[in-house]
Amino acid sequence: MERLLDLLPDLGEATVETLYIVVISLFFGGIGGLVIGLGLYTTRAGSLFENRVAFTLLNILVNVFRPIPFIIFIAAVQPLARLAVGTGIGNSALIFAISLGAAFGISRIVEQNLLTVSPGVIEAARAAGAGPFRIIRTVILPEALGPLILGYTFVFVAIVDMSAVGGYIGGGGIGNFAIQYGYRQFNPAVTWAAVLVIILLVQLVQFSGNALARRILRR
Amino acid sequence: MSIVTLTDVVKTYPPASRGGAPVVAIDSVSLDVEQGDVYGIIGYSGAGKSTLIRLVNALEKTTSGSIIVNGRDVTTLRERDLRAVRGDIGMIFQQFNLFNSKTVARNVAYPLEVAGRPSAEIRQRVDELLDFVGLADKARNYPDQLSGGQKQRVGIARALATSPALLLADEATSALDPETTGEVLALLERVNRELGVTIILITHEMDVIRSLATKVAVMDGGRIVERGDVFDVFSNPQNAASARFVQTVVQGIPTAAEVDALRARHAGRIVTFSFRDGDSSQAQVFLDLAEAGVGFELVYGGINDIRGRAFGHLTLALTGPNAAIDGVLARISQRSLVTEAN
Repeated sequence: MERLLDLLPDLGEATVETLYIVVISLFFGGIGGLVIGLGLYTTRAGSLFENRVAFTLLNILVNVFRPIPFIIFIAAVQPLARLAVGTGIGNSALIFAISLGAAFGISRIVEQNLLTVSPGVIEAARAAGAGPFRIIRTVILPEALGPLILGYTFVFVAIVDMSAVGGYIGGGGIGNFAIQYGYRQFNPAVTWAAVLVIILLVQLVQFSGNALARRILRR
Repeated sequence: MSIVTLTDVVKTYPPASRGGAPVVAIDSVSLDVEQGDVYGIIGYSGAGKSTLIRLVNALEKTTSGSIIVNGRDVTTLRERDLRAVRGDIGMIFQQFNLFNSKTVARNVAYPLEVAGRPSAEIRQRVDELLDFVGLADKARNYPDQLSGGQKQRVGIARALATSPALLLADEATSALDPETTGEVLALLERVNRELGVTIILITHEMDVIRSLATKVAVMDGGRIVERGDVFDVFSNPQNAASARFVQTVVQGIPTAAEVDALRARHAGRIVTFSFRDGDSSQAQVFLDLAEAGVGFELVYGGINDIRGRAFGHLTLALTGPNAAIDGVLARISQRSLVTEAN
């Protein structure tokens, strides 16, 4: 217990570090996922840019990368991380790996949520003379915004999970803290404290996401 | 003057399975819609009417044939030019297709925003349109706070935003209850009469045709099997499919089964007299029957009014001496159609 009190400043630092990693990864992964998801959605049969070849390629790409266990993925993309962010270790490499990995997962969530938009409202926008990019911007994304927010909230939690293995390539965060000071030093109280922080963090984000989605869906 | 002219229009879809025959949705349809018409297109589901209406504003591509709308052949235009054409054609839908993420006012404003009109003009036009459809107090509401009839009125306001000369109505009342249907039909009638908007409406409900349309085309299997003034088609359908539709709203000559049911309840000979405005008078028929000493009882049928012109079929059970009945029927049949059930 005393040991835990000593470590509280480190836990606080680790929490801030996790938030930093998660928020930046969610930003880049979120944008990447949105773009790939829009690509999947708009190239499928009957959609705005129906294109069988593009859809098939995107579909295979996502299916290849999405199921790779993250701890393997993080190692596998290390050379790419060196190219993109200049280093294969530490928080920058971790953020790169999470952003890339999450983008593929997010793309499926985006695709599924966009598919809930009724084809009828898209037809109404076409009948009003709107072009495809305008329809995406002014109809499809706003109509799917509620479910998209819930989807991104879900992704936030998944990214917290991904960030926990950051210590593996020299990154920080709560996961690293729990392994280093809790597990390796046989101090379960420290591990549990880390777990508690993560639970609080996830609850807070899920609660805000639900509230925001509810506001947008007005239900 | 024609506002829409379809000539030999064909629409086929790729075969459902590899090597199969293409699916013909529209089979060589020609149609001429005059400015100011309310042109009803009726058919069962799968008859091709939904496809046909989408060819007019090129939401679907025509396979062959030409479709002239406001003087331009929409089958030859590029997608970019088509957007401008579509912006000048209003369209309303069975499921309303309102944008749930936008307020009523923003829904109505949408076609104007697409057309790039200045925002002051948009605000004024939206107010005007919401007044016209009687929903000025709902401007800030969202579609899910409205009833079905109100949603369709918003749909109509949105469709009229750019002041189109042509409105396409795709089963506009099929998702509404009878009372609301009447409300929406009355509004569409005002759109036609007060604003002079030509309406092409597709429906499977003959009642909608009867109360709103001036002309009607009956579709069956991708073809137009009959067309003409609504009164003519209703009072004297030439095609089996048309006759089936007319029967849904007009009691015509009773079928054999109906005759059996009538015989079980009524004595005498079952005879149907068909009336069409001008060609014979009911009063004269009844007078003739009374003079001949033939008793009669009205057992089936009715008189219908279409845009001020009446027609109908009245089935009577006639009692009295057979010779007298034969005599009077011969006399009446010189003036109007008499059908005796055998």
